[in-house]
Amino acid sequence: MDGFLAAAIVASMPMMFATIGEIITEKSGLLNLGVEGLMLMGGIMGFVLGYETGNPWMAILGAILAGGVGSLVYAILTISLRANQVVTGLTLTIFGAGFASFVGKTYVGLVVPPALKEFFARIHLPILGDIPFLGPIFFRQDPFIYFGYLVVLVSSIYLYRTRFGLNLKAVGESAASADASGINVTLYKYLHTCIGGALCGLGGAYMSLVMMSSWQENIVAGRGWIAVALVIFASWNPVKAMIGSFLFGGLSILGFRLQSMGINISQYWVDMLPYAATILIIILSSRKNKKENQPPADLSNPYFREER
Amino acid sequence: MNIISISKREDLPQKKEWLIRALAVALSIVCAGLVIRILGYNPLQVIPSMVSGAVGTEIRLQQTILKAIPLVVTSLGILVAFKMKFWNIGGEGQIIMGALGASYVALNIEGLPKFATLILMMIAAMILGGFWAFIPAFFKAKMGVNETIFTLMLNYIAIKFVTYLQYGPWKSPDSQGFPKVATFSNNAILPKLFGIHIGWIIALVLVVLVHLFINHTKKGYEITVVGESQETARYAGMNISQIIIVATLISGGLCGLTGMIQASAVEKTLSATLSGGYGFTAIITAWFARLNAIAVLFVCIAFAILLQGGAYIQISMQIPASVADMIQGIILFFVLGSEFFLQYRVNINRKRLNAKEVA
Repeated sequence: MDGFLAAAIVASMPMMFATIGEIITEKSGLLNLGVEGLMLMGGIMGFVLGYETGNPWMAILGAILAGGVGSLVYAILTISLRANQVVTGLTLTIFGAGFASFVGKTYVGLVVPPALKEFFARIHLPILGDIPFLGPIFFRQDPFIYFGYLVVLVSSIYLYRTRFGLNLKAVGESAASADASGINVTLYKYLHTCIGGALCGLGGAYMSLVMMSSWQENIVAGRGWIAVALVIFASWNPVKAMIGSFLFGGLSILGFRLQSMGINISQYWVDMLPYAATILIIILSSRKNKKENQPPADLSNPYFREER
Repeated sequence: MNIISISKREDLPQKKEWLIRALAVALSIVCAGLVIRILGYNPLQVIPSMVSGAVGTEIRLQQTILKAIPLVVTSLGILVAFKMKFWNIGGEGQIIMGALGASYVALNIEGLPKFATLILMMIAAMILGGFWAFIPAFFKAKMGVNETIFTLMLNYIAIKFVTYLQYGPWKSPDSQGFPKVATFSNNAILPKLFGIHIGWIIALVLVVLVHLFINHTKKGYEITVVGESQETARYAGMNISQIIIVATLISGGLCGLTGMIQASAVEKTLSATLSGGYGFTAIITAWFARLNAIAVLFVCIAFAILLQGGAYIQISMQIPASVADMIQGIILFFVLGSEFFLQYRVNINRKRLNAKEVA
């Protein structure tokens, strides 16, 4: 059982990074539907740099830059040029998929070099790893996952406990009021879109560098879209994003587990589960009308000072 | 006063509007050329080759039109939903479900004349496609559930479901173990006219019908009002839930019809991959056509040229399909950016600029 739950943590990481990235982006009032494309770009650039240099830090840098630059294009178009956010996001996904497929053409099936494998090997954390039940699930994982925990912690504190986080909230709730109170709205939007994109890139890189340890065509396989849905499930809260990703990670490996236990169930039905669950979640979460569960009020409204 | 200020354009002459668009496309082609160069190909060979691959010979032109047909029909479907600001990104799933409905008729109903079979297939396709759009529309209208994610998730469910049928209960016993649904009988295949299946006539008729529906009927007007402002619609006493549901039924029905056309005339069977990304591409084409049915026709033809050109350079120059995707993305980015200059005027304050230079 704890073997299954530990594997669910691994399976949840790509979605968790991307969900938190999208939360940060949406908090600034932008709905970026390019998550899938950003994850693919981060996944391939992380893999290529890691493979060519053998240096894990270069791999991570590559993923961050790919996600950051990809979302910068989105930011320029939607923030400065006020393009439609839905269409721009979809275009980013098309572009990202083409980019990853082109760059990754000669890397398909290649495995990450030993230096990276070693770097991303599991570490049994002292004390924490020995906690009964929880230890084997949470604290005998790879360093990328520990970094993921850190991202949850830091982004929670940042969003709820710092001045910048509160300013960001103001920008997302009402860009006009934030602007009037002296917050640099454009800067906040740009910065958080790029940070969000970089996190999506890291989510993709986790897949290629650690989870699969190799590059495959269309490696992300819809996880970016699930992340967009998980943002709603998580009601824009990083801790809930982690819980949601964990549930979905579990669902995504459930079929494999059931079959290995000898339970005969069609793979295709099991494959539907995460998507059906997403639908269930957005239906249920539309019912709770608590104020803190609502999306940022100014989400996907372009802000244009001259039109105030 | 800043040196650069931006103001909303009140009205832009049509001529100038299309000039700016043409400029954006030209600029994007230059930029795409640069990218092609960086990737190690010669843009002066690639771009002309794409054009000639799409319109160079009669057969290639036919291929381009074959790609334009599903794009036009799906874009019209997307347009109806988007007019209402119902973000239907479930075109893929609705196409697949439509194909499923059509295939059920094609594989199970025998003995009807060809015409009746085809009509029945179309009806079945539109019902199932419409149903697939109705589910999220119902939850949107009654409970305010976000339709973007809902429609998207239904894509995956439709694809998985048809994959299940294809590998399981519907697998043809004649396929020698290969997971494939049986091929349609001749009765269930759309006839050809001028070398291309009559989907092109269906598409042209639908362009006119959707144009008339949106601009000259009461329901079409109501859809536009709900899209502009639900408040206004409510004040005017419109039944918003009903309008949302009717519009999405039409939207999904049209996407479903695409599924029928593709299953009947192109694949001649049901397969989980027959939607071919048209559901997503149609969102982009519908948007660039500014949700205008007549413009959809031209934008889709332009897009089909891009798609067919991309497919052609794979064979003629061994350039991977992904390059075509990237070129497509780059062109789209530019056109998206150019919309800004259509709506806003950038004023450079010369006085201020000169003052600065003097100082």
